[in-house]
Amino acid sequence: MTTLDVLAARLRAELGADRIVNDRQELRTYECDGLAHYKVIPGLVVLPRDAAECARTVRACVEAGVPFVARGSGTGLSGGALPHAEGVLIVTSKMRAIVEVAPDDERAVVEPGVINLHVTRAATPHGYYYAPDPSSQQICSIGGNVAENSGGAHCLKYGFTTNHVTGAQVVTPDGELVELGGRAPDTPGYDLLGAFVGSEGTLGIATRVTVRLTRLPESVRTLLAAFPSTDQAGAATSAIIAAGVVPAAIEMMDALAIEAAEAAVACGYPAGAGAVLIVELDGPAAEVGAQFDQVTALCEANGAFELRIAADPAERALFWKGRKSAFAAVGRISPDYIVQDGVIPRTALPEVLHRIGEVSRAHGVRVANVFHAGDGNLHPLVLFDDAVPGEAERAEEVSGAIIDLCIEYGGSITGEHGVGMDKARYMPRMFTDDDLETMHLLRCAFDPAGLANPGKIFPTPRLCGEVPRRHRAGEPTPADLF
Amino acid sequence: MALWTDATDADTVAGVPARFVAAPASTEEAAAVLRDAVRDDLAVVVRGGGTKLDWGMPPRRLDLIVDTRRLTGVVEHAAGDLIVVLRAGTPLDGLDLAGQQLALDSPVPGATVGGAVATATSGPRRQLYGTARDLLIGMTVVRPDGRVAHAGGKVVKNVAGYDLGKLFTGSYGTLGLITECAFRLHPRPGVSALVLRTAPATEIGALLAAVRAEQVVPSAVEIDAPAEGPVTLAVLVEGTATGVRDRAARLEKVLGGQATDEFPSWWGRYPWDRVGMKLTVPLSHVPDLLTAGVAIRGSAGTGVLYADAPVESAPTVVERLRATAVRAGGHAVVLTAPQPVREIVDMWGPVAGLTLMRRVKDRFDPGHRFAPGRFVGGI
Repeated sequence: MTTLDVLAARLRAELGADRIVNDRQELRTYECDGLAHYKVIPGLVVLPRDAAECARTVRACVEAGVPFVARGSGTGLSGGALPHAEGVLIVTSKMRAIVEVAPDDERAVVEPGVINLHVTRAATPHGYYYAPDPSSQQICSIGGNVAENSGGAHCLKYGFTTNHVTGAQVVTPDGELVELGGRAPDTPGYDLLGAFVGSEGTLGIATRVTVRLTRLPESVRTLLAAFPSTDQAGAATSAIIAAGVVPAAIEMMDALAIEAAEAAVACGYPAGAGAVLIVELDGPAAEVGAQFDQVTALCEANGAFELRIAADPAERALFWKGRKSAFAAVGRISPDYIVQDGVIPRTALPEVLHRIGEVSRAHGVRVANVFHAGDGNLHPLVLFDDAVPGEAERAEEVSGAIIDLCIEYGGSITGEHGVGMDKARYMPRMFTDDDLETMHLLRCAFDPAGLANPGKIFPTPRLCGEVPRRHRAGEPTPADLF
Repeated sequence: MALWTDATDADTVAGVPARFVAAPASTEEAAAVLRDAVRDDLAVVVRGGGTKLDWGMPPRRLDLIVDTRRLTGVVEHAAGDLIVVLRAGTPLDGLDLAGQQLALDSPVPGATVGGAVATATSGPRRQLYGTARDLLIGMTVVRPDGRVAHAGGKVVKNVAGYDLGKLFTGSYGTLGLITECAFRLHPRPGVSALVLRTAPATEIGALLAAVRAEQVVPSAVEIDAPAEGPVTLAVLVEGTATGVRDRAARLEKVLGGQATDEFPSWWGRYPWDRVGMKLTVPLSHVPDLLTAGVAIRGSAGTGVLYADAPVESAPTVVERLRATAVRAGGHAVVLTAPQPVREIVDMWGPVAGLTLMRRVKDRFDPGHRFAPGRFVGGI
């Protein structure tokens, strides 16, 4: 028997056969996450029903020296949940309880498999919602959001997952259950929760998450503005920010992205637009009213040729439909595509878009641009046809060149999709050896054996080594303190 | 040449004298100082404005104070990108960022950026803007072994690598020296108004619920509760002239209070005389803290309050407040106290996850030379 066979037998005995998947065909359904061109069939899949089962699974992995990877809904776009062929994939899809909604504390407590949008649905009757709204919010899980520190269209104003999670029960890579943070703010000690959120499954697995609920805004107003070019749409964005307005969202799409969205969902964006902006303001009605007029005037002053103001929630949804479906929509205009995720300082937007255009022309590869213009988070969609020899390679070159541009302009290699498997190789372009080694210190504190989601984030495997602890006279040992 | 000078009588940390003081003017100089400190096996405490050096436990060992007073200034202010990079020794008060602000209130005058981040202090406007951990987007540190490391960056949205800035925020100088911080900025609001209401402690819970029920998005919801007598609730709204007028009027109505643009003298200041506590509770339990017979002040809208424990009865008061806070799911930390009180109270109270915290400390500072003993669990 292999190590995995022994492990499977142990977990089947401890947790029950229905928690274990090791049929080859069934295992294959877990071979990739949202980044489908990386595929690895997991050695074993475990579907724990609660935190205790999750901890037992991790402990069994540790004792067997087998790596484990956590997976929520599998919508990640950086291969963060890519399985390990010789390892265990721990899937949280059976942990879907909304444990508590506590509007008086402005908190909800949920299991990691709970779908992002379901938290908002549970909170809305109380006048609250869960602010982080990644485009995949109808299917992505809170546990995955915590692992990736997911953003969304509205993080310009409201921040990311890390700003909305106050506590997590976590299975550490030793298989221990610990509480990080809590229901109250500012837990004493190191902000391990802050370090955990966005650690892409390399520091453990969240088994229960306490999130902050945000009061529903009194008013939401959404504007769709069509511009002749991305330069003008970019200038309008800058003008809005310079005027001291913080919109809930400013999203931009270029002509090619609009074409794709029209083909896919017939969102009816103004014809002939070189770029559209979706600007959304929310908050107290009187504030939103005053600022909305300002935003409208700034769009006009910067060359908008058509402005549409959502008259009702249905029209607002239609504006967003084009934007939120953009990734999938390019499938209508291209057989294959790469979704890139990079960040630049927002003011560099027009220049970087021109540079992307140059790269695109030089390689003969089309690039559709969709982005969170307010915070400079680009999502270029690099289009290609895998059936044409050499196209995939050229698309990959263009995609890499875009990341290089992000670094050149002082930005980041990822704004919200994570490093995962896909971008580990770019990490040394953004961080020095010492930077990476310092991050690795944290990794070693949590996971000295390196079993939690190995091969992700860090470009090269590193060993932890023993801590050269020196005990000093007069220094209390842990046993003295409790 | 020695990179430090002899300490004076004033160079003490919570009563413990230092032998040397270094004041590097750049990250590179700081790295050189810390490399030499490794060579000489010196125990190090970092000092900014010195406004909170009496917080936490005294260091078990102290040789070198690294003072950030020369490590000052704005490295970069990209107004169009709403970000700023500041050297750690820069005073928080009086930052000139044109029409923009670093929305981090400092409860003590004279605090530096590095000190505020290292102790994770916050003030009234955390209600709207969050705290240092939320505003911080990048950090440069010198590790105890003298190596320079960066995390995060200069863009607001960034998930590349571990968020080490959060790990260092509130770490009390036990993991290394913070030399630069990058923050996201906010536009400075044009207009603000404060609505005040004074009421008996028993009515505060209902008033807070009434504020939450209104969708007025306050920037701060503060209370000031003296040891005896009625409690004052103060709600701040910021925005445009029209917006603020409307929001303040609604608050006046639900609170039965009055709008003003004069901030009360206690606004954003700690309430304590000698023994200062920080209490955190889930929102619905804020009223539980108001009947303890001690002065309480702070952010009722986020559940972060501060208490003034009398020196004579400090152990009893600490125990009582801690029991209330912990029962509610929160914490009670004694931030500062005279030495005799420190010797008899547990400053930090129960801390979950200490094993992991010790492992983090051991990795970053295996020799336990940085602020040894100052932090939770004797870290």
